[in-house]
Amino acid sequence: MNQSKTLEFLVGLFIAAGIAALFVLAMKVSNLSSLGQTDSYSVTARFDNIGGLKVRSPVMVSGVRVGQVASIDYDSERYEAVVAFALNGQYDKFPDDTAVSIYTAGLLGEQYIALEPGGSDMYWENGSEADLTQSAMIIEQLVSKFLFNKAAETDGE
Amino acid sequence: MEKIRALGRSGIHSLERLGRGSIFLMRIFGGFWSILKRPRLLIAQFYSVGVLSLLIILVSGLFVGMVLALQGYNMLADFGAEESLGVAVALSIVRELGPVVTALLFAGRAGSALSAEIGLMKATEQLSGLEMMAVDPIHRIIAPRFFAGLISLPLLTAMFSAIGIYGGYLIGVELLGVDAGAYWSQMQAKVDWYDDVINGVLKSIVFGFVVTWIAVFEGYDAIPTSEGVSRATTRTVVHSALAILALDFMLTALMFGDV
Repeated sequence: MNQSKTLEFLVGLFIAAGIAALFVLAMKVSNLSSLGQTDSYSVTARFDNIGGLKVRSPVMVSGVRVGQVASIDYDSERYEAVVAFALNGQYDKFPDDTAVSIYTAGLLGEQYIALEPGGSDMYWENGSEADLTQSAMIIEQLVSKFLFNKAAETDGE
Repeated sequence: MEKIRALGRSGIHSLERLGRGSIFLMRIFGGFWSILKRPRLLIAQFYSVGVLSLLIILVSGLFVGMVLALQGYNMLADFGAEESLGVAVALSIVRELGPVVTALLFAGRAGSALSAEIGLMKATEQLSGLEMMAVDPIHRIIAPRFFAGLISLPLLTAMFSAIGIYGGYLIGVELLGVDAGAYWSQMQAKVDWYDDVINGVLKSIVFGFVVTWIAVFEGYDAIPTSEGVSRATTRTVVHSALAILALDFMLTALMFGDV
């Protein structure tokens, strides 16, 4: 009887350790802990080109993550990409003239949305639309622009 | 002529075994209710299949994580991206190495033991003895072992992954000097709960199912001689390893293929 009790204890310990490991994976390793926040609000922005932005890309202010991209759609009437991003509810003081840009993290890193707060007295709330947007830099466009300018310069000479 | 006949014979033979294995599996599932009535049987098997495999799983997990960190660091340092070490270690362990290595070790540690035990029970006519006493050996012997394996492997995989990532931390942060904050925060930013962790767990459930199915079937189907038992044990390890690797490719293509 005593032996079977130790057995049960060890098995219980084993199952608890397995569940604890899964919990560690959930909280410490994956991004589950940052997903569960319900007190967020959504803001939309329109871009000519979003580059490589994806759903769940980060939204950053001054390098601090304050939210993530919730959905990406295409508006076929206005030929623009419509990006909705969810901002963490604790950051609710974004002036409504905040500039929304798409930047790249590092030279080859993933793309993210950067916010630069403006000076307005009105703040963003759920469902607001950002007016000031700047599209993603497409490296091919930059290169071709640079080359055309060079060509035009040498033609002028 | 004789060659072609031999080929046909082996084809029919393996198809027949597959059929017998499937019927066997259905009967195991039929034994599910008798386990609920006698959970003590399941717990005893949990101990021999799960708890006793713990040591090899944890030690291998730690070393796999440490090796990954060491190798990954040298590679990433060339690009000046040491901070991504956490992501590299965590993703490769959670998605691939955790489920696969755990399942391979499990097949070697627990699967072979299951086959040998059941095969020996058959060779010494203990299974027939149970039948004589009107006890269904599949309900009493096979089903608890099968379900214990099926449940243990995902738990073992989770522990393997967790300790592997910790091993990566030990080498990457404590020894090689990667910033601890970057190690964890980049990992948390890039590892997704559903896409990565849950898919890894799903893989381990599939592996647990296949490995224990092969193990108990090979044991139950063994030729009841000492040579037959030894061949069944070998086949368990070989077939499990092949099945794990082939299934891993298919599951990866389905889950992460992104086609």
